[in-house]
Amino acid sequence: MESKSLEEVLREHPFLEGFKPEHVRKMAELALEVQFGRDQIIFREGQESGLFFLILSGKVALEVSAPGRIFRVQTLEAGEELGWSSVLGEGGKHFQARSLETVRALAFEGSRLRQACEQDPSFGYALTRRLLKVVAERLQATRLQLLDVYAPRAAKLI
Amino acid sequence: MSTLATAAMTTIRGRVVSVEKETHDTFTLTVTPAEGQALEPFEPGQFNMLYVFGVGELPISISGDPEDAERLVYTVRSVGQATHALVSRRPGDVIGVRGPFGTSWPVQAARRKDVLVVAGGIGLAPLRPLIYHVLRHRDDYVRLLVLYGARSPRDLLYRKQLAEWARAADTQVLVTVDYGGLSWRGHVGVVTTLFRQLRLHPAETVAFICGPEIMMRYVIRQLEARGLAPTDIYFSMERNMKCGAGFCGHCQLGPYFVCKDGPVFSYQQMRPWLDRHEI
Repeated sequence: MESKSLEEVLREHPFLEGFKPEHVRKMAELALEVQFGRDQIIFREGQESGLFFLILSGKVALEVSAPGRIFRVQTLEAGEELGWSSVLGEGGKHFQARSLETVRALAFEGSRLRQACEQDPSFGYALTRRLLKVVAERLQATRLQLLDVYAPRAAKLI
Repeated sequence: MSTLATAAMTTIRGRVVSVEKETHDTFTLTVTPAEGQALEPFEPGQFNMLYVFGVGELPISISGDPEDAERLVYTVRSVGQATHALVSRRPGDVIGVRGPFGTSWPVQAARRKDVLVVAGGIGLAPLRPLIYHVLRHRDDYVRLLVLYGARSPRDLLYRKQLAEWARAADTQVLVTVDYGGLSWRGHVGVVTTLFRQLRLHPAETVAFICGPEIMMRYVIRQLEARGLAPTDIYFSMERNMKCGAGFCGHCQLGPYFVCKDGPVFSYQQMRPWLDRHEI
């Protein structure tokens, strides 16, 4: 990862903006550098993947499979997060994730993140707050997407 | 009738030069003045009333280069009887043209600053004259940032131009679609998700927005959250514009007539009326 330490890389990632230095250090201790080639399935819908990723470069598509069809519902890029539900540790993945180009990321075991949160509530609060922000942004974006505002008769839903 | 009213109500004859298909439902018409007629110059963001004889009259934003005095260009989505009739014109056909009308994008407010253009769907059309202007007067502005969202890849307007603009110096063009198929390798997500890919300098940025009203509301929230002042946010509104000169009242919104006091407003000016119900 160039000549930067994991801690330096994490400090520059938007997800950790405003994190205390000791919390960034904690994340660095848990991080594992990973890389995916173009068109690689990172995880499948329903899969019990326990990994949470911070994307450093490249682009990932979130997809939903339907009979004979795959819907691409969102793309994530450098500076964004992938697999936030791993931190909850409940159930399988909601979407399939596919790398659209070579992706570099930092991976975190959800179980180890949860353990770190339980051991250090201050770290847990910081991480949970940040995850909540991600989830809220995704929820708002999904609602706007559902409104289908560019349709000829936008918002005429009922 | 006053001079102002006479000018507003005067229709000139425009000859259709070409009708180009942009997407499955959207077309770009180029119109020149018919013999003995003269075009009024326009500012980026203004619109004309276009009359398809025997069918009806429509307010259509001008999507061409404001410094091209020879022709007027319109990008029209065929969604109803009148728009369908308009995009079905053939080269050589004559249509009626009134205007230009309304306020324009205040390009001077963005001099020596970053110009942020946020467009949704057909909303890129009224913003294109602004982009032309910035590209023609590149030294007057710092960065040109274009965020463009459409429903799907097949709904994207001006695809070749988007690629050309992206290659220009100090210009960033980010495109997204709400729904993408497997062949689309670009960004998928609503236009507001593009803000995470952008480094904004809020005190040095002026934003110009056009798209469906709900989309613009969400974009404005993003801009405010990122520190842009309401005075540095401009957007173009659409209402039932009829006369084009504020006489008929069809397009009234609070104390404003959108055809005359708009369609371009600053957020500072329109903020009290945007979220108000029942107007």
